[in-house]
Amino acid sequence: MLSFVLRRVLYTLPIMLGVSLVCFALVHISPGDPLVSILPPDASVELQEQMMAIYGFDRSYPEQFLRWLGLALQGDLGNSIATGRPVASEVFNAVGNTLILAITATIIGFVLGGLFGFVAGYFRDSWIDKLATAISVIGVSVPHYWLGMVMVIIFSVELRWLPATGAGPGGSSQWVWDWEHMQYLILPAVTMSVIPMGIVARTVRALVADILQQEFVSGLRAKGLLDRGVLAHVIKNAAPTALAVMGLQLGYLLGGSILIETVFSWPGTGFLLGQAIFQRDLPLLQGTILVLAMFFVILNLLVDVAQTSLDPRLQRG
Amino acid sequence: MTSGFSQSDMSLIRVRDLSVRFAGTPPVHAVNSVSFDLAPGEVLGILGESGSGKSVTLKTLLRLLPERKATITGTVEIDGQDVLSLTGRGLADHRGGIVSMIFQDPSLALDPVYTIGQQIAESVIRHEGASKQDAMARALEMLELVRIPSAKQRLENYPHEMSGGMRQRAMIALALACRPKLLLADEPTTALDATVQIQILLLLRELQQEMGMGVIFVTHDIGVAVEVSDRLAVMYAGSFVETGSVKDVIRDARHPYSKGLLAANLVGAVPGTRLDAVPGAPPPLNALPEGCAFAPRCAVAEDLCLVSPVPLWSDGENRWARCVHAKREAARKDRMGAGN
Repeated sequence: MLSFVLRRVLYTLPIMLGVSLVCFALVHISPGDPLVSILPPDASVELQEQMMAIYGFDRSYPEQFLRWLGLALQGDLGNSIATGRPVASEVFNAVGNTLILAITATIIGFVLGGLFGFVAGYFRDSWIDKLATAISVIGVSVPHYWLGMVMVIIFSVELRWLPATGAGPGGSSQWVWDWEHMQYLILPAVTMSVIPMGIVARTVRALVADILQQEFVSGLRAKGLLDRGVLAHVIKNAAPTALAVMGLQLGYLLGGSILIETVFSWPGTGFLLGQAIFQRDLPLLQGTILVLAMFFVILNLLVDVAQTSLDPRLQRG
Repeated sequence: MTSGFSQSDMSLIRVRDLSVRFAGTPPVHAVNSVSFDLAPGEVLGILGESGSGKSVTLKTLLRLLPERKATITGTVEIDGQDVLSLTGRGLADHRGGIVSMIFQDPSLALDPVYTIGQQIAESVIRHEGASKQDAMARALEMLELVRIPSAKQRLENYPHEMSGGMRQRAMIALALACRPKLLLADEPTTALDATVQIQILLLLRELQQEMGMGVIFVTHDIGVAVEVSDRLAVMYAGSFVETGSVKDVIRDARHPYSKGLLAANLVGAVPGTRLDAVPGAPPPLNALPEGCAFAPRCAVAEDLCLVSPVPLWSDGENRWARCVHAKREAARKDRMGAGN
């Protein structure tokens, strides 16, 4: 088991290098002048060149990449062109906020999706199954930015129960786990949880239905286990795959929340990414993408390790 | 004495007119008025080809069939208990406590993500309320009983870490962990290598004698059935067509289907001659013919065979065949005996 974990960790190193290369390249391939947001439109050619030199944009791409990678390894992602603040601390704050949102949404989605999926799979073809399946299909299909706006209209504008935007009273950016702050979390988290809920529910339903068809379930009943005993076996058999799906969903939510974070003005990575793109803030964009990509790699690692410790058959791989 | 079944109160199993229908259009008649008894410590071999209803009969004794799809009628009493009326906890106590089952393919019948030890212990905890340690100790004892080498380490193994023969031994250990009075074996050697088959059969017979259980052994292999059984029942298209002691059925089969099965056996065949295979295939269970289900394949079928009910020939408590010819043949012999 330990050697498996070590080997798996070693595998991630080349992946991480490749990821950083791709994210550097992507940002630099895209058209547009990186300094357009801070230079006046009538800036002289000298001034432009001077600024290019300050930010290092005048050097060759391999040189820029190595310099950027070297600094990134030391935790320095450069400074934002738009604000001049260090990218690392901007991203760090945003990541914290996104984590809060994404993890909350994943937990809600996983619990509800797991429950719906399990019940649907267990009582396959019953009305409960049809209801749960309908909910999960709607969950996967509905555009979540639209759902977010509908939620804002209902719960903030009409009912005035919950705040519509932001991550704390008075635009506070320091997150605290109290009701004052948490009421800002509810709408975006619930909106976001609809996607993993649908996907997890469908996966778990298929899993449970498949497991119940297998002969060992007859074997469990044949040795006299009560329904709850059989359930425990079904859950343990379904868990590795369900966890893998949840891990991937968490990964998607960590990066893919631009729309929801924008709708709710939630100061997370998606919001930051949106800003960086619109302002052509290359260091900020690069840094954010890198951090998000790293999250994905690490998350996959954790999911693999968790799956292996749950399913003994994978250890030989 | 119309039925030829014993009415002894000593029976471990008493099955009367058991029928199983699976929902469908038309419904599938998987088991058709099967009746038999089994004495404690007796081994009954049910012989038949694939799809003849052997496994369904076994599963009915444990009520393992999906309740929404299967309609069961008739009487099933095991150890004085009316099995068909059991529900909930009573049914769960019956399964594994009084009746256990060994499945055909142990690689499918064991939970892949639990260790062998856990799976055996779970049964002991469920039925005897034992502590975890005691249950594990019993699991170890059982693995030693079925002669799994280095049993202590094997407790920690997952099913995929064992060979097919070892897995089937573990399955037997699991089935016997709570000392059931009846063991149901559903082709337990079919998925194994020939050499391992013999070991498992010998082990089963030995354990059966040691523990004095009743056993119903389902197989399509005549050699295997003869090896382990006291009594044989030949099953065709969901019905028992002939039953008797192993010796009687093998030496003097009365039903044409039993004769056909025996003739198609490799053992005792003369090299270089053709095996007498039974022509054709069994009828679909959702469209059984009127009268004898075997008539369409039977070499000696006549018009009388197409009339229900098929007459029963019986000779003593546990020796009978359901066939027009068996009945007539016996009557002729009787007349000849009387004439002398």
